[in-house]
Amino acid sequence: MMLAAVPGFTNNQSSLSPVGPGAGRTEHEFALIFWITLAVYVLIILYLVFVVARKHHSLDTIPDPLPTTDEGDRTARRSVVGAILVTVALLFIMMIGSFETSRALGSMNEENALTIDVYGHQWWWEVRYPNNESYKIVQTANEIHVPVGVPIRIHGTSRDVIHSFWAPNVQGKRDLMPGYETEVMMQVDQPGRWRGQCAEYCGEQHAHMSFYMVGESKHEFQQWLDAQAQSSVPPSTPQSAHGQQVFLTHACVMCHTIRGTPAGSRVGPDLTHLASRKTIAAGELPNTIGNLGGWIMNAQAIKPGCRMPPNQMSGSDLQDLLSYLETLK
Amino acid sequence: MTTTTVGAQTALTEAERKQAAQLQYVWGEPGGFIGWFKAVHHTTIGRRYVVTAFIFFLLAGLLAGVMRLQLAFPEAHFLSNDKYNQFFTMHGSTMMFLFAVPMMFEALSVYLVPLMVGTRNIAFPRLNAYSYYLYVFGGIMFYVAFLCNTGADRGWFSYVPLAGPDYGVGKRPDFWAQLITFTEVSALSVAVEVVVTVFRLRAPGMSLNRIPIFVWGQVVVAFMVIFSLPGVVLSSTMLLLDRTGGTQFFNPAVGGDVLLYQHLFWWFGHPEVYIIFIPGTAVISTIVTTFSRRHMFGYLALILALVSTGFMAFGLWVHHMFATGIPQIAENYFTAASMVIAIPTGVQVFCWLATMATGKIVLRTPMWWAIGFFFVFVMGGLTGMFLASVPVDLQVHDTYFVVAHFHYVLIGGAVFPLFGAITYWFPKVTGRMLSEKLGQLSFWLFFIGFNTTFFPMHLVGLRGMPRRVYTYQPDMGWTHLNQIESVGYIFLFLSVCIFLVNVFQSMRSGALAGPNPWNAGTLEWATTSPPPSYNFLHLPTVNGREALWDAAPNQPIVVGLDEDARSFLTTRTLDAEPDGRDEFPSPTIWPFWAALATTAAFIGSIFTPWGITIGAIPVAITMIGWFWPERQPAERRRAREIWQSE
Repeated sequence: MMLAAVPGFTNNQSSLSPVGPGAGRTEHEFALIFWITLAVYVLIILYLVFVVARKHHSLDTIPDPLPTTDEGDRTARRSVVGAILVTVALLFIMMIGSFETSRALGSMNEENALTIDVYGHQWWWEVRYPNNESYKIVQTANEIHVPVGVPIRIHGTSRDVIHSFWAPNVQGKRDLMPGYETEVMMQVDQPGRWRGQCAEYCGEQHAHMSFYMVGESKHEFQQWLDAQAQSSVPPSTPQSAHGQQVFLTHACVMCHTIRGTPAGSRVGPDLTHLASRKTIAAGELPNTIGNLGGWIMNAQAIKPGCRMPPNQMSGSDLQDLLSYLETLK
Repeated sequence: MTTTTVGAQTALTEAERKQAAQLQYVWGEPGGFIGWFKAVHHTTIGRRYVVTAFIFFLLAGLLAGVMRLQLAFPEAHFLSNDKYNQFFTMHGSTMMFLFAVPMMFEALSVYLVPLMVGTRNIAFPRLNAYSYYLYVFGGIMFYVAFLCNTGADRGWFSYVPLAGPDYGVGKRPDFWAQLITFTEVSALSVAVEVVVTVFRLRAPGMSLNRIPIFVWGQVVVAFMVIFSLPGVVLSSTMLLLDRTGGTQFFNPAVGGDVLLYQHLFWWFGHPEVYIIFIPGTAVISTIVTTFSRRHMFGYLALILALVSTGFMAFGLWVHHMFATGIPQIAENYFTAASMVIAIPTGVQVFCWLATMATGKIVLRTPMWWAIGFFFVFVMGGLTGMFLASVPVDLQVHDTYFVVAHFHYVLIGGAVFPLFGAITYWFPKVTGRMLSEKLGQLSFWLFFIGFNTTFFPMHLVGLRGMPRRVYTYQPDMGWTHLNQIESVGYIFLFLSVCIFLVNVFQSMRSGALAGPNPWNAGTLEWATTSPPPSYNFLHLPTVNGREALWDAAPNQPIVVGLDEDARSFLTTRTLDAEPDGRDEFPSPTIWPFWAALATTAAFIGSIFTPWGITIGAIPVAITMIGWFWPERQPAERRRAREIWQSE
């Protein structure tokens, strides 16, 4: 679309830079409505300006009311009826276009679709790749890896309040509501990291609840999935071994899981492969040692109101903990 | 003191002067400090409504300014997330519940409808006073809570479970829910008054096909209020019960339903949009008629458009909920309904254009606001097409595109007409003209400021910015557009300041207006400016759609009403043939006490469900005082065989 030409435009999170059939079809319907409504607007406004310019009266006096007759209004009546008929016709075009788009989106290929479970939390996304063999189930957060060109079935609900799952480059949004399970089909056709964000106001940190849909080739995706299914590697240095102890003896263990250790709580994101993720805090910060350290010590300063409490620990404990977390590739 | 008979201004005869003095004696509002609380005349209450609603408009506008400051820079810290959430919720709730509906429906119709239909007061004047006090008390409660850091922070529609007992902390959502209760009661009261006033108190001759379009609009809105508000009465009451009474209407863990809340809320919430802008379009019809110097083209089509909009508005609430996942057949229905409602709106726009094209356009300030309305409102209507289409809606819903859309619709459909209405009727209310120069200056500043603020929101929304975020990240590409929007706010701010200066200056030293400065056609211009407390010296009769333009040379007046009581004429609904007389109740302080007792009950119920139970006792006592029969009027009635009750 023309908006892509506006300076400073990034394709980051835009419905007008589709990378999947869902967003693509929607963009066509958008363009149809855009051109029709633009034409209507321009015509109405031009006519208004023309009428005001031609028919205005001097400002000094207010003339007596004009007599009106049915004959005098005949031309006007014809024009108004004509304008209404055109309106109805244009509405029909937009309506049929919309129905067709809806139908196309509703009949996306569901066979061989890859199912991914997405659970909205205040304020992060729990992502799960179900598998019949339970040891192959993959748990992660805020990063949804998908193979390109393969239909995806997002199956979702919310663990607390209503959230809305929305990656505009891929597909329109879908609300995740407590008490309702929802399914929506989508597909990513271009490799890349496509940003998405919660679109339903969900409280204190609604502004910081984003995620990435990561499109990868089938091969890369399979590799990633296999790696994610593994348990964490045991610490190999004394420093990271101590870091693991720090993790297990502090509040961390109350909320987080690291598979392969006793930590198994599901309140916060699964950290088994934390170091493989590009961002922390639901897309707010790049996953660097410095950011992670700041986040652990006082997440409230970074994302006020979030569920992660501030933690008290010595500098050396924190260093060891970070070096342990670094190993969780 | 001067007055006019219908259509022409004549000097008063001695007999008329005596009659005016007698009417003033009977109808005059009580004076003094206590008298202020006893007032029941619709112009008094109407003026208070306008001023109060405008103050809330200014407050909500100032909140918006702070929000624009916060959003001018990515990851800014002018407002904390907690404060921002309160600010945008207060902004939205104030604009919707304390400004738009009270201003466009209650204030305008309370002041204007009785004058435009040619009667002496609004039906149920004590109820009218009660509705005003309740509205003010609700607003004060809401802002006192905000100042105590208990401002509502769950958005103007306070979805559950976010606003429910588990996630809505403290008392913030309770104050929001009770604000809704306050405004519901006052809007419902005024709706009943307007319907009865228009159906029973019209001037003889004002048959259904001669009612001014503005009055038609307000009647349609009154019916919409009556049918839509029960939805939000239910949802906000159930929310409050869940929070304070331990019910589980919206708790999915025990079989409650979060979606039920949304259906109930939008059953009201969508008609609400039309409740706000139908009065606006009705104002535009009035201004376009007067300043095009001709009868409205397509009167019947316009009325039918208003009525059909009123009906259709109830058939499209689900388009606010497309993202929840709707079956395809229902999606198609609601898409079709949302698009079809553009037809009656289109009819109105084309009729206005035809009127202007076949008239002589006088470009005074009210007309400029009407022209600005076209630019803004038509754009808002057209962007609505994007939201009606389900797939497109799923991309733009809950983004800044929607924020842009509804500000174009609501500022275009309500605030532009409102400023037009204020400049148009200011001479009637105050007796003085507003400055034309300052008026046009504030129009242009507002027009430029509005578009600078809100047009970029379409773009930033299409680039993926969700609404209700307290900040955004610097690499999203949203910064420049947000900064342009914030600069636009400065223009809006200046425009409103100049408008206020204009109002205060003109009230003191504006040119005297006379009864009919615009040479307009409706009945409110047939009396002095400002109108006396009995509205008309001679109650008018009507001979056409524009009563003053169509008046016969010897247009008759109504005679034979008792002049020693607040008596008025009732007419039949269809043809406005006179069919009886009745008396209005006298001024009294009881509605004020009743409103105070009701307020205590409502606020009490925020803290305990017993608030309503125990609070009902003082409410009952004040109601008894309110309805206590008076001996004199009762005897007078019996003597004159008037049997209707107060």
